[in-house]
Formats: sequence, C-alpha cells, structure tokens
Amino acid sequence: MIDGIDVLIMVIKVLVVFGFLLVSVLLTIWAERRIVALMQQRIGPNRVGPFGVLQGLADGIKLFFKEDVTPTNVDRSVYFLAPVAALLPAFLAFAVVPVGRGFHIGHRVITLHLVDLNVGILFFLAMGSLMVYGIVLAGWSSGSTYPLLGAVRSTAQMISYEIGMGLSVVSVVLWSGTLSTSGIVDAQSGTWFGFVPRWFIIPQLPALVMFLLGGLAETNRAPFDLPEAETELVGGYHTEYTGIKFAMFFLAEYLHVITTSALVVTLFLGGWRGPNILPFLGPLLFVGYFLAKLGLVIFLFMWARATIPRIRYDRLMHLGWKVLIPASLVWTMITAAMVVLPQEVNRTTLIVVVGIVFEVALIVWLARLTTTALRRGRLRRGDSHVV
Amino acid sequence: MSETIVFLIAGPIALGSALFIIMSKNAVHSALWLILNLMALAVLFVDLDAQFLGVVQFIIYAGAIMVLFLFVIMLLGVTREELLGEAIPIQRVVSGILGVALAGTLVWILLNAYDESAFGSLAGANSAGNVQGLGRLLFSKYIFPFEVTSILLIVAAIGAMILARGRTEEESASEVERHSGEDVRL
Amino acid sequence: MSYYWQYGTLGALTAVGGAFVVIAFLGNRLMRPRKPRVEKATTYECGMDPVGEGWSNTHIRYYLFAFLFVIFDVESVFLFPWAVQLEKLRPQGTVLVEMIVFIGILAIGLLYAWKKKVLEWVK
Repeated sequence: MIDGIDVLIMVIKVLVVFGFLLVSVLLTIWAERRIVALMQQRIGPNRVGPFGVLQGLADGIKLFFKEDVTPTNVDRSVYFLAPVAALLPAFLAFAVVPVGRGFHIGHRVITLHLVDLNVGILFFLAMGSLMVYGIVLAGWSSGSTYPLLGAVRSTAQMISYEIGMGLSVVSVVLWSGTLSTSGIVDAQSGTWFGFVPRWFIIPQLPALVMFLLGGLAETNRAPFDLPEAETELVGGYHTEYTGIKFAMFFLAEYLHVITTSALVVTLFLGGWRGPNILPFLGPLLFVGYFLAKLGLVIFLFMWARATIPRIRYDRLMHLGWKVLIPASLVWTMITAAMVVLPQEVNRTTLIVVVGIVFEVALIVWLARLTTTALRRGRLRRGDSHVV
Repeated sequence: MSETIVFLIAGPIALGSALFIIMSKNAVHSALWLILNLMALAVLFVDLDAQFLGVVQFIIYAGAIMVLFLFVIMLLGVTREELLGEAIPIQRVVSGILGVALAGTLVWILLNAYDESAFGSLAGANSAGNVQGLGRLLFSKYIFPFEVTSILLIVAAIGAMILARGRTEEESASEVERHSGEDVRL
Repeated sequence: MSYYWQYGTLGALTAVGGAFVVIAFLGNRLMRPRKPRVEKATTYECGMDPVGEGWSNTHIRYYLFAFLFVIFDVESVFLFPWAVQLEKLRPQGTVLVEMIVFIGILAIGLLYAWKKKVLEWVK
C-alpha cells in the first residue's frame, strides 16, 4: 500500500531528476564550449569558477536581469506559451530513463527510475513529437518573417527525421520483445564469451547509427542546425525572444540533447549496466556507469558539431526521406526475419554479420547519392533557392 | 477511486477546450485548444486502461495531425478573420444537419453496439499487457481491416501529392521555354 | 508500483516543470529593467524598418512532407504492437508476411513520391 514514505520518496525522486537535469544542462553548455574550443585551438570560457565551470550558471543569471522586449506584432498568449511548450516535453521525456540499479532500504525497494511504464519507449517518442510545438508556436506568434520561415523549415526537418528515429526504435523493440525501458535494459544483461557485454550496440549497430542521425536532426544540432542558420535566418524561430524566454528555448534545446543521449544509452549501450568491479560502492557504481555513458554520447554530439559542416536543406530532406526512412524500414524487416528464425539458429551471430553488410551497403548507397547530387548540382548551379 | 478523480479532472478540460475550439476567432488558437482537447482525451484513454491508445493519441493526433493542421494554417495565412464568412451559401444549414446526423449516429452506436461479450472482460484483454493484447488481436482476428488500412493510407498520400502538384511538369517547362523565348526577343 | 502511481508521478514532474517556469518568469519580472521604446518593440528585420505583416508565402511542398509524415507516423505506430508480439506469435510465421504486405503497400507510396520527384527539394 502507498503510505507517506512512498510519497516522500516520489517527491525526492522528482526533485532529484529535475535538479540533475538542470545541473547537467549547465555542465553540458560549459563542456561543449570548452571542447569545441579545444578542437579549434582556442581556450574557451575559463574565468567563472574553476576552469570556467560556472560559466553556464553566470549566463543564466545574467538573463534574469535582461529586459524582456515583447514586439508589438506578436500574438501575446501564444508568444508566452511557446517557450513553456518547448521546455515541458523535454523534461518529461527523461522520466522513463532508468538511471541505476534499484536497492533496498529496510524492506523497501527504491528503484532508480522515475516511472516504469510498460509503454515507456512510446512515451518517449510521444514527448519527442510534442517538441515540435515550441518551435512552431514561437515562429508563428512572433509575427515576423525570419522566425516563421525558421519554424516552418525546422518543423519539416524534425518530422522528417522523427520517422527514421521511430523505426530504428522498432528494431530494438523487436530484438528485446518489450516496450518498457527497464525491460530493454534487462535484456542487455550478461556477457558473450565472458567479457563482451550483451549490449544492443552489437546486434543493432545499424539501428544505433540511424537513431543517432535522427537524434542529431531532431535536436536541431549541427550539422542539422538549419533552423538557426545565422547567415540565412538570423536566430531562426527564437529571433524575437529575449531575456528569460530566450533562456527557456536554450534550456529546452540542451535538455533535448541530454534526454536523447540518455535514450541512446538505454537502448544501445546497456543502460546503467556494467561489471560490478567496486562492490563497496553499491548502487552508486551503476549510476556512475550511466553517467559515464551519457557523457560519452553527449560528447559525440559535440564532436559532430565541431567536425561536420552544416548541410544544405535539400540534402537534409534527401537524406531523411531517401536514405534514413527506406534504410530503417529494411533494417526493421531484417531484424524481424531474424526474430522469427527457428530457435536452433544462432541469430546473434547472423545479425552481426548481416548488420556489417548492411552498414557497408548503406555507406556505399549514401556515397553514391551524394556524388550524383554533387554532379547534378554542378550542372544546374544557381537554382538552389531553398525556402 | 483514482479513476473517478482523473475523470473529474480530464473530462471538464476536454469539454471546455472543445468549446474554446469553436469559440476562438483565431484559427491557430482553435488549433491549440484542439491540441489540449486531444491531450485530455489521451488522459481519459489511459484512465480506462488503454495505455497504447493514450500514447498513440499523443503521437498521431497531437504530434502529427495537428502539425499538419498548423502547417495548413500557416501556409494559407488564415490568421485574420477574413475567411470566417460563409463561403458556400447554405453551409450553416448543411453543417447543422450533418452535425445532428453525426451526433445521432454516435448515440445510436453507444446504445446498441456496446457488447462486452465480444471481447470478454477488460482485465482478460489486458492480461498479457495492453500493447501485447492489442498486437495479438490485430494480427489474428482483425488482420483484414489492418491490411486495408495500408491501402487507405496510400490512397490518401497519392491524392495529396496529385492535389499539391497542381500543374504538371510539362506545363511549367513549356512556360519556362516561353519566358526564355521572350528574353531572347528582348 | 500501481498504475495510477506511475502516471501520477508524471503529473508531479509536469507540475515541478510548470512551477520552475512560473518562478523563472516571475523572477525575471522582478529583476529586469523596463525601459520601453517604440523602436525596441518593432519586428526584427536586421535594422531596417519591417516590411509587411510578418507573414510570408511558404512553399506547398512543406504541406506534402507533413502529409507523408502523418502517413508514415501511422505506419510506425502499427509496428509497435507487432514488434512486441512477433516472437510469441512465431509458430504462425504468417505474422511477418502480414507486416511485409502492409509495409510493401506503403513503400509503393514512397516509391511513387520518389519517382514523381515529390521528394526532390529543388526542382
């Protein structure tokens, strides 16, 4: 039965998740600036706090003291609603991510998991599909041309990649046979040959690649950061926003990166699982594993930003509809065929081999499409009007 | 108990937002109220142990169809009141009749088609998990409607493509030629 | 944990998020300077006086992509109940074939769009 202590535990968990997300956003912003600076032979923020760690906090506090300019041409209620609509789904999506192994206090089991829905993955995708609204509403309500164009463009991008992302999740669901995030983490327990962890990155590598591609585009991150292409659209959908409302969009963007990375860890990198090498740490060790993997995936996002130039909008749609969606459909069917194979066949070995072949085919296909696009582009230079 | 409490919160939200949909002067505001309405319905679905339907309500209706709606509103720029007049002369009368007919059909369905013996108990249908039970039924008993759905979807897609294309490519190509011919003459 | 407890927790997280937004907005309201000028409140247009009403024609192909998105979204939602049941329904291997037929029909739609150059962004 539910008693007062259960309520207390829930409140603590909610507040801890909330605080964790806020702190990790500040750290991510700082880390990104430092890492990108390092990759470009610069120093990056190093003044506020040790190594500049508090830079994000300082920027946040600064925005509290900024004047809030509301242009006369805006639709006031929607203009106010848009940053909230951007922020809330990003917070909620993290709720289904398991962050560590449950433990006992007395006879009470504490799970390190805010909610364990049996439609967990679908809930995450649902929140992802609501992320669009912050952008659409901001663009429309601003009553200004740049935000509107930025918003329409960005929405088309997000919905195009949402499908590829959803389909790559389907193959993970096929492989694990469950929609619950904790079930998927449990399905990745154990090892092969005693030392290779049974993480889904091995049998489902193509799905991971497609999920990461979709994730980069969904979060509007470089090289898919067209909504904020400064040279074309000023600030994109949030051009008309200032002060704390602008900060909300900033926060939402980084939250989205963190929750997407957390899902990558859960689906493909074994969640919080790892060898129990330091038993005296207890459940903390597994939280540590989760955080380490999360940091690694977030680092991938930053690395992509520092390395890959922004791609042109027609190429982006091309990649989404002509590569990502067909490829993820084919991969889902391959996985399904493996799942229905008779029990005697070693389906893991088979899918690893097929997966490598699939990856190579995907890369060759991508390269061919890109080169034909380039050749055509050279022939018809000058008609690359985009919006 | 919990079921009643959730219903008492989500039900009035659904009703109130539905009222605001038709009372808003601004098309985008109407669309936003509709989103709130769909979300309240999703909560009601979850309240009735239909988790899959609830989440799908979010993904499909709130996440996909409403984006399409907002796109259309933005494309047309129907934000002012200019398009609120009667475009077709007797549209109020016709829509009134159709609305009453729809309401009548819904009431008739509620009164006659509800037959619990068709699916056994709710607990029985959800015994292996809501999504699992749905999958089992969808891919055995209801496989034919499921396959027909794909044809419905593809027809809709092709229809949209044909409508949006408007002029054929040959027409635009000949127009380009005509223009370039003018350029040469100039 | 019970069913309502799970969803109630989600409600609590929403409430905390909402409270955070309200506190942030109120804090900003208390601390920010307020020096309104007419020029500040004009629409941003790179320093020029704004032209028009802030609405511009958008290309019809955005609508087409949104439409295709709805269709494929419906499709991917159908895939989930199938994916969790596939292994248990393995003895009747027809379940895979049923889905291949479903996806095949929709793939024809995508191919049609591809051939008709609907998916080409620059024409």
